[in-house]
Amino acid sequence: MTEYIIRNGHVFDPVQGIKGDKADIAIKNGKIVPDNEIGKSAKVIDAKGKTVMAGAVEVHAHIAGPKVNLGRIYRPEDKLFTSTPTKGLERMGAGNSIPTTFKTGYEYAKMGYTTAMEAAMPPLFSRHVHEEIRDTPIIDEGAFPVLGNNWFVMEYLKNKEIENTAAYIAWLLRATKGYAVKVVNPGGTEAWAWGLNCLSIHDPVPYFDITPAEIITGLIEANEYLGLPHSMHIHPNNLGNPGCYETTLDTLKLAEDYKAKNKFGREQVMHLTHTQFHSYGGDNWGNFESKSKEIIDYINKHKNITIDTGNVTLDETTTMTADGPFEHHLTGLNHLKWANVDVELETAAGVVPYVYSPDIKVCAIQWAIGLELALMAKDPMRCFITTDHPNAGPFTRYPRIIKWLMSAKAREDRISSFKNSDKVISATHISGIDKELSLYELAQMTRAGPARCLGLAGMCGGLKPGMDADVVVYNFNPDAPVTDPENIETAFSRAAYTFKSGIEVVKDGEVVNNGNKRTLWVDAKVRDNPLVMRDIKEKFLKYYSMTQSNYESLGHHFVPNPLAIEVDATQ
Amino acid sequence: MAKITLNLISGRSIQQGVAMEGGKEKDLYRRACGIIELDNSDFKRLGCWKNTNVRVTSEYGSVVVKAQETSQGPHPGIGFIPMGPWANQITSPNTYSTGMPTFKGVPVEVEVAMDQPVLLGVELVQKACRGEI
Amino acid sequence: MSKVITDVICPFCGTLCDDLEVEVTDDGKKITEVFNACAIGAEKFLHSQAKDRITRPRFQQPDGTWKDATYEEAADYTAKILCNAKKPLMYGWSSTNCEAQSVGHEIAEAVGACVDNTAAVCHGTTLIAVQDIGLPTCTLGEVKNRADRIIFWGCNPAHAHPRHMSRYSIFPRGFFTGKGQMSRKLIVVDPRVTDTAKLADVHLQIEQGRDYELLNALRVAFKNEWLPDVVAGIPKEKIREAADMMKSGRFGIIFFGMGVTQSISKNHNIDEAIAVTKDLNEYTKFSIMPMRGHYNVTGSGEVLAWQFGYPYSVDLTRGFARYNPGDTSSIDLLLRGEIDAAFVIGSDPGAHFPISAVKQIAKVPSVCIDPHITPTSGVSKLHVPVAFVGVETGGNAYRMDNVPIDCRKVVEPPEGMLTDEQFLAMVRDRVIKIKGRA
Repeated sequence: MTEYIIRNGHVFDPVQGIKGDKADIAIKNGKIVPDNEIGKSAKVIDAKGKTVMAGAVEVHAHIAGPKVNLGRIYRPEDKLFTSTPTKGLERMGAGNSIPTTFKTGYEYAKMGYTTAMEAAMPPLFSRHVHEEIRDTPIIDEGAFPVLGNNWFVMEYLKNKEIENTAAYIAWLLRATKGYAVKVVNPGGTEAWAWGLNCLSIHDPVPYFDITPAEIITGLIEANEYLGLPHSMHIHPNNLGNPGCYETTLDTLKLAEDYKAKNKFGREQVMHLTHTQFHSYGGDNWGNFESKSKEIIDYINKHKNITIDTGNVTLDETTTMTADGPFEHHLTGLNHLKWANVDVELETAAGVVPYVYSPDIKVCAIQWAIGLELALMAKDPMRCFITTDHPNAGPFTRYPRIIKWLMSAKAREDRISSFKNSDKVISATHISGIDKELSLYELAQMTRAGPARCLGLAGMCGGLKPGMDADVVVYNFNPDAPVTDPENIETAFSRAAYTFKSGIEVVKDGEVVNNGNKRTLWVDAKVRDNPLVMRDIKEKFLKYYSMTQSNYESLGHHFVPNPLAIEVDATQ
Repeated sequence: MAKITLNLISGRSIQQGVAMEGGKEKDLYRRACGIIELDNSDFKRLGCWKNTNVRVTSEYGSVVVKAQETSQGPHPGIGFIPMGPWANQITSPNTYSTGMPTFKGVPVEVEVAMDQPVLLGVELVQKACRGEI
Repeated sequence: MSKVITDVICPFCGTLCDDLEVEVTDDGKKITEVFNACAIGAEKFLHSQAKDRITRPRFQQPDGTWKDATYEEAADYTAKILCNAKKPLMYGWSSTNCEAQSVGHEIAEAVGACVDNTAAVCHGTTLIAVQDIGLPTCTLGEVKNRADRIIFWGCNPAHAHPRHMSRYSIFPRGFFTGKGQMSRKLIVVDPRVTDTAKLADVHLQIEQGRDYELLNALRVAFKNEWLPDVVAGIPKEKIREAADMMKSGRFGIIFFGMGVTQSISKNHNIDEAIAVTKDLNEYTKFSIMPMRGHYNVTGSGEVLAWQFGYPYSVDLTRGFARYNPGDTSSIDLLLRGEIDAAFVIGSDPGAHFPISAVKQIAKVPSVCIDPHITPTSGVSKLHVPVAFVGVETGGNAYRMDNVPIDCRKVVEPPEGMLTDEQFLAMVRDRVIKIKGRA
């Protein structure tokens, strides 16, 4: 493997506390090594006047699986004017809010992302998720199986059987090669199979008679019992409704008494995702307002919680979520085509296109809320930047979000050009915030923070020797004053260089190598649990439409390059 | 002998599926798909015995198949030819810009053709492509 | 002596039963019996080892005889005709696995082909409707566990998906449907008294081709508004009875098939059926599901969608993907005489396309990849036999409800026979060489 030395760049690495000093980064055999360990034949990359960071880590995006593909299938119009031809190493690509898998990998890599987590895998469909992950070039990926509406989980947690829940989770992670415990609209999506929902954490689930609160706390306990690399990752109940911030606070409070238990350096017990969608005040669209302050104050005070923003980008996009009832509600609001899939024993998914127009007051307020969360967060290692792609906007807009976060002027220009800017200003805090994110904080919010949150702090998100050589060089000079905020967006759109596991994959914004992507999954060992194994066997015989053997069948051709993160929970 | 008009539909049958897997060049496939299922009342109109060969003609082509009594009736006025090369000699290729031919709902004329053979599946298509039928 | 292989997936129809058991001889070479399959699935397994099976590629001679060739020669010819063509059609894909489809797509992208699957003559119009109005649906296990109202509209599962009713839709005792068939009410809409209709609580023997009107009338009936005395041959009392039956359920599903996708209103029928489903969600929980024909047509749609963005009728001739059924769809391409090379795999357009389209295939350089002799192979210049997916090689397939199941290998293919994936890889490597790509 070629050795590299990236010279004279301004390095921003929260793992080593480097805040823009000029430093050299040496790459050998896929890892970052001390400078003195590489030979004279190492290829020199001149990073003078440029910004050097670790590869970015996407903590939550919908990029692989059945609902993503349903979005592609039912929205041919998403491909209009977005096609990229076959060129060099790149397969042809298309799609704006739901890019094809090849395009997804290329776009992430070109922006300097090297790891991405598929936010919601319906376990029955694990083979589909992994086929798409396999066909997404360059970036390492993992997928989170959804558990918050799972029949096994609800039955065990009703009886407070944490150990059995943990045994089931371990089995499911292995059967689906999944990475973490994902919870979406707990209880509400099972209710949706009867056309109902759970809008508060105390609404009982029909038949199963368990509350979302019990599901959430039970899964936190099971997650910590196992000591998994990532925490329980939750999309709370009542997403998207005016006044929902109260449900969010109720949900956050459930984590208060818990402490993280794991060997990966993870400190949070709850990761609350796309928090923007859960920070709404008012009680109707007329008095809709930002409650980002209330939410972020709570997050700032409680160190065992992490969040990601879910920034609205003000684009036409496609919403897709396992919050089935929400999507039905959304199509009732905007009357755009609605797709829905209820999944036996496990979950559901819904898909509805959405246009976040800057002319609509509510959309502009949503835009503001996402930025407020990021700007008011006191610990950038616990607040990460996402768009809940594609729900709040395409991930290809990250450079634009970075521009808004790093330039108060860019924000002001955007606010003043809103059609209803007065109403937006009076319903939000954004106009009063003049903080501009520093590059170091950006690195915390897009690299070191998400990596640590995912339990991958030893592997990625930083530039410390021993870590994977996922390195990005941007054409952005930290020493030069920013004359035009558009330059921020341009610089972060196309990396000068992206290295993935020590291979140069992007140069001058073009793909030069497809690398050798890995699928990350968690292999948790638990004590033998014959009761759970028997319950699994029984449910497959009686209720699933697939045999257990075929459900567990996930051969090498689905996951050609797995990286199993081992966890020993047999104590 | 009478010529009757019918509305033709085509579709699957278990016999068609089994015969297909056994080989479309074989006689079993011809016996499964080289047929038209008619309602009893249409047999009366046609004035022939069951299991007689008939010629079915549409705007798009013509084919000889064996007329059988329907097992999934009554459906007066409807003729059913299992999907396959016999049906496709006469179904409508018109897609009306949808990409989909009109396999269901083609007006046809049926007349007795006792002396004309029902061809085997592969042979039928080969001959049609060579312009021999 | 024999052994039984369990959890075998049947590679025939979109029901994708995965509970088959196949008995093979002790040396694992011969299939002796198949359990749990329907007659068609059983025939597929049992006939796969027939003595008259074609085992080598063969070129059709001008006098209609066949001349054996090697796989290398076959791959050379295939690569050559695809590279030389301006607008080759690569059609079928529905009876092979996703891994083979993926390799085929690499070829299609490299040569600039039109790629299409059997949805073109099956549920293509469903896809058009879904793209207009959306799709409220569910997995088959949800039907098994929850559904108490089943509608079969324009489909005949007793004949086309023989185990559907016993595995998923009518007979099983699911979690909330412990009384099995007694938990459910069945409505069948069909112009014939099909074997499926004979099981129905209500059979609406519709005037053929008038499904759009009846669907629309149901939507009116849901709202208790005025109806004419008869719609589509059905008296209004029966329409209201059906509407009330649907509304009174707690989880309903409409399964539909060619009766509505292939009759004159085509995609508009499906659009209206989906609208019926959406309307019903105002009163109760309702879903709709197309009865997919081939066991992996759904998979072909999925792979095309995640790789190119569209589920069928994809035109790659300009170096990027374009999609416009009616323009880029196989039948229309053929009827307009635009195709100058035909590559057919995992399907039989020779038998299932209107003959005027088949005549176009017969005119051009053509390859048919199929274990069987078919009307397509009969008019192709080259016939390449391959292993049966699900019998002699494994590989992923997608059920009619989009659930992926990995087919199993039960016996070895005949000596020296390749799989689709292997042969396609040979073609791809040759194409890359000819095109001079990296």
